Amino acid sequence: MKLNTHYLGFELKNPLVPSASPFTRDIDMVRQLEDAGAPLIIMHSLFEEEIIHEDEELDHHLTHGSESYSESLSYFPEHPDYKQNCELYLEQLTAIKKVVSVPVIASLNGVTTGGWVEKASLLESNGADALELNIYHVPTDPTQNSAVVEDLYVEILNAIKSKVSIPVAVKLGPFFSSLPAFAGRLEQGGADALVLFNRFYQPDIDLEALDVMPGLDLSTSADIRLPLRWIAVLSGQCKKVNFAASSGIHTAEDVLKVIMAGADVAMMTSALLKFGPEHLSKVREQIVEWMEEHEYESISQMKGSMSMETVLDPKAFVRSNYMKMLNDYVYRSKG
Amino acid sequence: MQRKMVTIDGNEAAAYVAHQTNEVIAIYPITPSSPMGEHSDAWSALGRKNIWGTTPTVVEMQSEGGASGAVHGALQTGALTTTFTASQGLLLMIPNMFKIAGELTATVFHVSARTIATHALSIFGDHSDVMATRSTGFALLASNSVQEVMDFALIAQAATLKSRIPFLHFFDGFRTSHEVMKVEQLTTDDLKALVDDDLMLAHRKRGLNPNNPVLRGTAQNPDAFFQSRETVNPFYLVTPGIVQETMDAFAKQVGRQYHLFDYVGAPDAERVIILMGSGAEAVHETVDCLTASGEKVGVLKVRLYRPFSVDHFIQALPKTVKKIAVLDRTKEPGAVGEPLYQDVVTALAESRQNGINPFGENPVIVGGRYGLSSKEFTPGMIKGIYDELSGETPKNHFTIGIQDDVTHSSLEYDPDFRTPEEKVFRGMFFGLGADGTVGANKNSIKIIGGETDNYAQGYFVYDSKKSGSMTISHLRFGKEYIRSTYLIRNANFVACHNFEFLKTLDVLGYVVPGGTFLLNSPYETDEVWDHLPRNVQKYILDKKLNFYNINALEVAKKTGMGVRINTIMQTCFFAISGILPREEAIQKIKDAIQKTYGQKGEEVVRKNFNAVDQTLAHLHQVSPPNQLTGSEQSHALIPDSAPKFVREVTSRLIAGKGDDIPVSAFPVDGTFPVGTTQYEKRNIATEVPVWVEDICIQCNKCVLVCPHAVIRPKIYEASYLKDAPESFKSVKARGKEYTDSEVYTLQVAAEDCTGCALCVDICPVKDKTNVSRRAINMEPQLPLRETERANWDFFLSLPEIDRNRIKQGTSRGSQLLQPLFEFSGACSGCGETPYVKLATQLFGDRMIVANATGCSSIYGGNLPTTPWTKNEDGRGPSWNNSLFEDNAEFGMGFRLTIDKQAEFARELVHSLKKEIGAELADALLSADQSDEPGIFEQRQRVEQLNEILDRLSSSQAKQLRSVSDNLVKKSVWIMGGDGWAYDIGFGGLDHVLASGRNVNILVLDTEVYSNTGGQASKATPIGAVAKFAFSGKALGKKDLGMIAMSYGNVYVAKVAMGYSDAQTVRAFMEAEAYDGPSIIIAYSHCIAHGINMAHGLQHQKLAVETGQWPLYRYNPDLKKDGKNPFKLDSKAPKLPITDYIYTENRFKMLTKSMPDRARELAESAQEFVNEQYKHYKYLADMNPAKAEQ
Repeated sequence: MKLNTHYLGFELKNPLVPSASPFTRDIDMVRQLEDAGAPLIIMHSLFEEEIIHEDEELDHHLTHGSESYSESLSYFPEHPDYKQNCELYLEQLTAIKKVVSVPVIASLNGVTTGGWVEKASLLESNGADALELNIYHVPTDPTQNSAVVEDLYVEILNAIKSKVSIPVAVKLGPFFSSLPAFAGRLEQGGADALVLFNRFYQPDIDLEALDVMPGLDLSTSADIRLPLRWIAVLSGQCKKVNFAASSGIHTAEDVLKVIMAGADVAMMTSALLKFGPEHLSKVREQIVEWMEEHEYESISQMKGSMSMETVLDPKAFVRSNYMKMLNDYVYRSKG
Repeated sequence: MQRKMVTIDGNEAAAYVAHQTNEVIAIYPITPSSPMGEHSDAWSALGRKNIWGTTPTVVEMQSEGGASGAVHGALQTGALTTTFTASQGLLLMIPNMFKIAGELTATVFHVSARTIATHALSIFGDHSDVMATRSTGFALLASNSVQEVMDFALIAQAATLKSRIPFLHFFDGFRTSHEVMKVEQLTTDDLKALVDDDLMLAHRKRGLNPNNPVLRGTAQNPDAFFQSRETVNPFYLVTPGIVQETMDAFAKQVGRQYHLFDYVGAPDAERVIILMGSGAEAVHETVDCLTASGEKVGVLKVRLYRPFSVDHFIQALPKTVKKIAVLDRTKEPGAVGEPLYQDVVTALAESRQNGINPFGENPVIVGGRYGLSSKEFTPGMIKGIYDELSGETPKNHFTIGIQDDVTHSSLEYDPDFRTPEEKVFRGMFFGLGADGTVGANKNSIKIIGGETDNYAQGYFVYDSKKSGSMTISHLRFGKEYIRSTYLIRNANFVACHNFEFLKTLDVLGYVVPGGTFLLNSPYETDEVWDHLPRNVQKYILDKKLNFYNINALEVAKKTGMGVRINTIMQTCFFAISGILPREEAIQKIKDAIQKTYGQKGEEVVRKNFNAVDQTLAHLHQVSPPNQLTGSEQSHALIPDSAPKFVREVTSRLIAGKGDDIPVSAFPVDGTFPVGTTQYEKRNIATEVPVWVEDICIQCNKCVLVCPHAVIRPKIYEASYLKDAPESFKSVKARGKEYTDSEVYTLQVAAEDCTGCALCVDICPVKDKTNVSRRAINMEPQLPLRETERANWDFFLSLPEIDRNRIKQGTSRGSQLLQPLFEFSGACSGCGETPYVKLATQLFGDRMIVANATGCSSIYGGNLPTTPWTKNEDGRGPSWNNSLFEDNAEFGMGFRLTIDKQAEFARELVHSLKKEIGAELADALLSADQSDEPGIFEQRQRVEQLNEILDRLSSSQAKQLRSVSDNLVKKSVWIMGGDGWAYDIGFGGLDHVLASGRNVNILVLDTEVYSNTGGQASKATPIGAVAKFAFSGKALGKKDLGMIAMSYGNVYVAKVAMGYSDAQTVRAFMEAEAYDGPSIIIAYSHCIAHGINMAHGLQHQKLAVETGQWPLYRYNPDLKKDGKNPFKLDSKAPKLPITDYIYTENRFKMLTKSMPDRARELAESAQEFVNEQYKHYKYLADMNPAKAEQ
């Protein structure tokens, strides 16, 4: 069975990819992922916000209360060389590169062009085989219209593409007025892949404490519908980029569906967090079983076979899908 | 050879040499020597090598006694070993010092000389500690400046190996240990050249070794001891010669020539001052000035004080000398004179007796005391001494620098006398501790010292508060070597970094005419003039000052610097002072920023660069209009109702005029009145809490957690409100126990608040229409100051609630009780003081407190004011601090007196039953005092008894009258931090626990030596970075509670107010009620944890929820009922330990400095916590009844 696929210029032995997750903080887990058949490793994200916050926090705590009272002119020993998050990240990248033979993608998470360009170069020079830009922007400013938001993404991409020669994937959220047009801009801007979608964690409210709580729910298979639709829509339109489906990939069926919709790879996190790295091999085996049962020869054979471009009724991916469901529902309730 | 010039302080200079010339270093924190240990620990952790190519082992011990024992042992097994200490620490080393010297063991102890506590503790400098070691047999070598500290550290190390006599190398605490100076750094080659390898090998060879067994440390009898003791004489006789040879060798290698006694001054001097220490530099400077105008004066600097070489001494004195003043920086009450004076007198007498008298007539010798506890020693005082020597009969046993109007020992002097200063730049910077002024000034000195050919000196003065403290930086720069070891009093540059200081301090009194004044004000340049106090305007006009203004806070805000205006003000200083060309200066500042902050992250550097760049656009010279428009400054006055002592003495201490207070004004035995912090309205909070009465549920949690007792509730009859100020708030009192006519008020003492916001963080109420609002919220202080002052005064006039009405064992009820500990100098948001305050609320009116030295003794007992106070009846805690190490024993002594005298009182009541009346006598003897009403009734009985006794005249009646008070239950509290309880005081604490006596021990556990700046203790948890635990603490926290429990008859509780205030209050009540020893170990969040102090209680909660700090109570009384005495009060850990530890910088910083080790230690910490919980759960689940079967 030919499970191989192409993503960001690499030939991967299968399309089931563990997405950026805390697994890669631990070298042992990285080894386990590779042993379970991960065709590439995407590192956990280097968070721009976190870097700035931690710099300031460290400085604050090392100086807070110092030089105020004769007996305690400071409260901590001064280390001559604190490692920055970025440095630690680069060290981890180097360590991962040493233990795995598959490509390693570094992931940057942030919202400004500020420190990114430099960080991207550092990642490249430290051996990253590709970059994934996870642009995490929740617009709250009423004066910032959608064009400004889209420009921000494109600017970041342009700035980075001009500095690095390794492939760059852009991970997006689903909230754009016109994804096809925007995806087109990213394609033109040189994105080598689009990862659909980032699951923005949605905050929750704790009714007892009256606090806003971070929501950290894992995805379920139902969540693949969103990337499924948009990959089906976009894969025929943006032919120069690869597509990665992210969100809701739990089972072999999920993988098969997104591949058929046009994805080059399917990215999995929640299921791995739940079942561990070995879940990769289990799902891969189930993919093979399904393909054998249905007499498929290869992944490339099915890739995009059910995109909007290729299905009989393209409208199924757009509004009619909604109408149809409603009609069915009305019909059933009458019955 | 070109040596590197470095700008460092005395401690670093000593440690620099010590670390490179030793193999083992045993340390223990004590101010002002701690930084020597801290440097050594850090250097070893980073792998810095000594001159033999190996990294010295640095080990922290449990006390200085322990450190000296470890030093002795390491020396005896042949390692080159050193230690650093001061003051009480040095005293604890004395027993071992005798041994080390008796065994002729080469070592150098580096001592930053500090005052020994007598009537009071002082952290500052004098020679009372060093002088206490005179008889140990150690050589005593004095350094007078930072350069000398480095040089003499090496000379001492070389000489000790050669002479086999151990050396105590000392320099003045703070004045030299903390003075930042540009000095020439010795090279490794210098060190190698002086320290003879063969001698080092010989030292090693003398070490104990089973391959060549010997026995040292015998016990000797009258037949042998005396002669044995005299065997060392030859070694002492040759030591001065060895030291001089070493000084000569040093001169050959380095170029600086020292002598055992260095004379400076007129070759034909008639008046000579003899002294040692930093003061000698000020005398040197004054002598240079006086001899320039032809005066025949000189100074003899004593370097090697022990062994005292009479020959060298006589040779060093000018033959023309007629009068000598010997100055001692110590006091020996009852002695003929102070030690150096006595030695000089003896040396001259002995020399004369031996027929050597090169001086013609016998010089007149007088002795004097100066500079105790870092009291200033200035050219004016020095000239005063020379002037006194000009007289026919100069005063002997004089004092200088104070006004002694009791025994009239003090000399008069001209405080305005100055040595020539025009060649020296003199800058004074008034800042807040929090604004980073000192750090920036240290950087400035490094820039100027490093980048110009100027000499540079920096000295920093801090006040005695840990929150809102003021700092004054004294900076000198000049082409010539700086010997001014005293504060600047006439600056040519004065910077005031906080506008409020202009209202309370005489900032411009220090600036010379034509000088420069830089002000950070909240005003723009065109409006600043009218906001200046009138006296400040007058100074500016009269002295024709160059006046510059900047709104630095505005620049700081714009550039993301928050309240840290340091970089901005530093830029202004360089821009105005012209010490360096402006552009060059700015580049140097940026280089320094890169160096200081580079390792902490690009963002921090970027922000600071931005602040530098934005500064100059906001800095403007002000052209003052030639008129006084400002308002007269009304200084905060002490009210007339204040006690006389407060009005006459405390007020002057508060105003910074303490130096002018004469001897007669002070108490003779260190006894001070309580309750004086209330007169020191500091107004340091920019925001204070404001009560929202309509949504408040009156839970009093904010009151409980308030570290400074500034939030107070009262419940009282509404009728009192008729005289209330308009803005005074009240609301109907909640609770069935209160009547409809009773109202509740929560009042904030806005002028005493430090603005920590713990109250807001703990408030359980959220406004239903806007959850960001609580029932108490922070609002700007200034607009509220006046109204809240009136409200507070009115609040104080309301009656306290009847204690007998309150459920004291609840957190809500306990907080209606008046705290007798208020407005301390503790850090804003302190985690310790709420516990101390709680104890005073519950038991304060019958409480006696023994307080271990540490944070709590400082915020509790450091002048000018004291937070311990009394109630309307005049009752309150009586407090004393003995030492660091003996606090448990000290407190047990209190109990012994009380128990003995109570017993005697009962015996006397028995004997006098007839006179007293049987009914009263029986009631007195059988009183149940287990609760507050019971104690109240007994107090009334004792009053009755006293009335009767006052009418009786028998001796027994008089005796009973003086001890009758002990018939009322007293509460003995022994308080201190973990450094005391876990380490230095543990032996005593253990003994007191084992004594069975009814004492209550409160351990304020911050898990680190907080007061001395965060050194690790045995309470420090795994993985925490602390000083002396640079790489993170490797081993787990000692389980002090479990150790106490092992006795079976000790009440033990572990509490954390932030997790359960109810459990905390219950534990305090049970501990006090328990008729035996009790210990409460209280989690105290601390500034040394690297947390946002406003959320300290959340950290407490997390510590409990992750199992790091399990809560329990072990009550031996429960055993009587067949119950399990151990009750686990917290639930099983529900979060991983990392959820807690990585919210605190002390743990998190290790992930930045040593990530792999951080990971390993976090795992160990988790295992530790898991094991601990299992163990506690097992204990909690035990069924005593079953266990017995």
